[in-house]
Amino acid sequence: MTGIVDYNAGNLKSVETALRFLQVDFFISCHPGDFKKADRLIFPGVGDAQAAMKILSSNGLGETITGFYREGKPVLGICLGCQIIFTHSEEGDTACLDLIQGEVIRFPAVPGYKVPHMGWNQVIHLNRHPVFRNIPDNSSFYFVHSYFPKPDNNSCIAGETEYSVRFSSAVGKNNLIAVQFHPEKSGKNGLTLLSNFLKWKGGQ
Amino acid sequence: MLEKRIIICLDVRDGKITKGIKFQENIDIGDPVEMAKKYYDEGVDELVFYDITASFENRGIMIDVVRKVAENIFIPFSVGGGIGSVEDIRRVLLAGAEKVSVNSQAVKNPDIIRQGASLFGNQCIVLGMDAARDDTMPSGYRVYINGGRIPTDLDALEWAKKAEDLGAGEIVLNSMDADGTQQGYELTVTRMISEKVHIPVVASGGAGKPVHLYDVLTKGKADAALIASMVHYGDFTISGIKKYLHERNICIRME
Repeated sequence: MTGIVDYNAGNLKSVETALRFLQVDFFISCHPGDFKKADRLIFPGVGDAQAAMKILSSNGLGETITGFYREGKPVLGICLGCQIIFTHSEEGDTACLDLIQGEVIRFPAVPGYKVPHMGWNQVIHLNRHPVFRNIPDNSSFYFVHSYFPKPDNNSCIAGETEYSVRFSSAVGKNNLIAVQFHPEKSGKNGLTLLSNFLKWKGGQ
Repeated sequence: MLEKRIIICLDVRDGKITKGIKFQENIDIGDPVEMAKKYYDEGVDELVFYDITASFENRGIMIDVVRKVAENIFIPFSVGGGIGSVEDIRRVLLAGAEKVSVNSQAVKNPDIIRQGASLFGNQCIVLGMDAARDDTMPSGYRVYINGGRIPTDLDALEWAKKAEDLGAGEIVLNSMDADGTQQGYELTVTRMISEKVHIPVVASGGAGKPVHLYDVLTKGKADAALIASMVHYGDFTISGIKKYLHERNICIRME
């Protein structure tokens, strides 16, 4: 059973409809106790890192996500959920969950590059993570974000994308995979990625 | 690199897709959910639904259509027409749309852009703007509301900048002079606004051939191009248009 973390941070609806389309068992909850019945977890999100961390700390869901990761069960972070797993975010100078060490930073102001980075862009595969199975290298995914993660250790980068800078658009460590784009809004390749995650047992 | 988007526009009236010529004489051409699914399968990058009579007849939004589309189509889509309050925005987003487009209502009450952006994020709020040439305006273009029926005192460029300041995440710029003519987008106004704002500009109105998209994405500096008639009537396909642009070195999503 897949659990989706509801912390009042947008885009739950689209993740929910994608999972329903894929015909998998899942539930959505904001109560830490409910996640005992889950064997994998999706941590979505759109919005502000500081506001999100405030909610996750006050209702115990932050500990749920961390605990889940430590137990070795598969976790998928999406967009804001790909940022909050890092050590720290520049957005609101926010201390995050620190599951992967690194900093989340804002796109630099570069003429000709609008921020947020919004639209379809290609993901260059690194280290060939299992969630990219059956997805061609350089396939496009849908992005909407102003910040991106910068891991301390390059070995956890699973995908990179070129914009005003080349940034990590997919990061993986053990049983955790996180993507900066929205697989639930990225057409057939996005659905393939979600479906790969739902079968993934963690690890390479 | 970030790709240029091809967005299909579906004008909906009474639950059916219509296509108009210069905003008049709309004719029915199909079921919105089926049409959306067809274009999704053909590889379109995004969808826009406009409830074209909503602001005129003051009708609500077709939440059911939005919900059914969201269940079948896994690309971003936005909904416009008759959205006048934060509650309207919330309903559309909860039904599964990514973005809402505000047009006439934002002219009457610009604060809806600010409120919507602060509650749901800038990326959710699209300013839809109908503009027509008018040499008496500072930029040479005037803003119209209520589906192009009523002229306003707003200058198109000034309004675009103000909407950006208020928090709009994107502008869909419809040229009323070009709309429905299939003679090409209005490149001058598209380029002028795209160069002066820092948010994406979607060109709308006038697409009839693939070269029109090429022109507006290059000379017109648009981030995306909205199309309707040229594919609705089967003259061109999404994949054919994309192939044409790809062969001419436009960075575009090829599935």
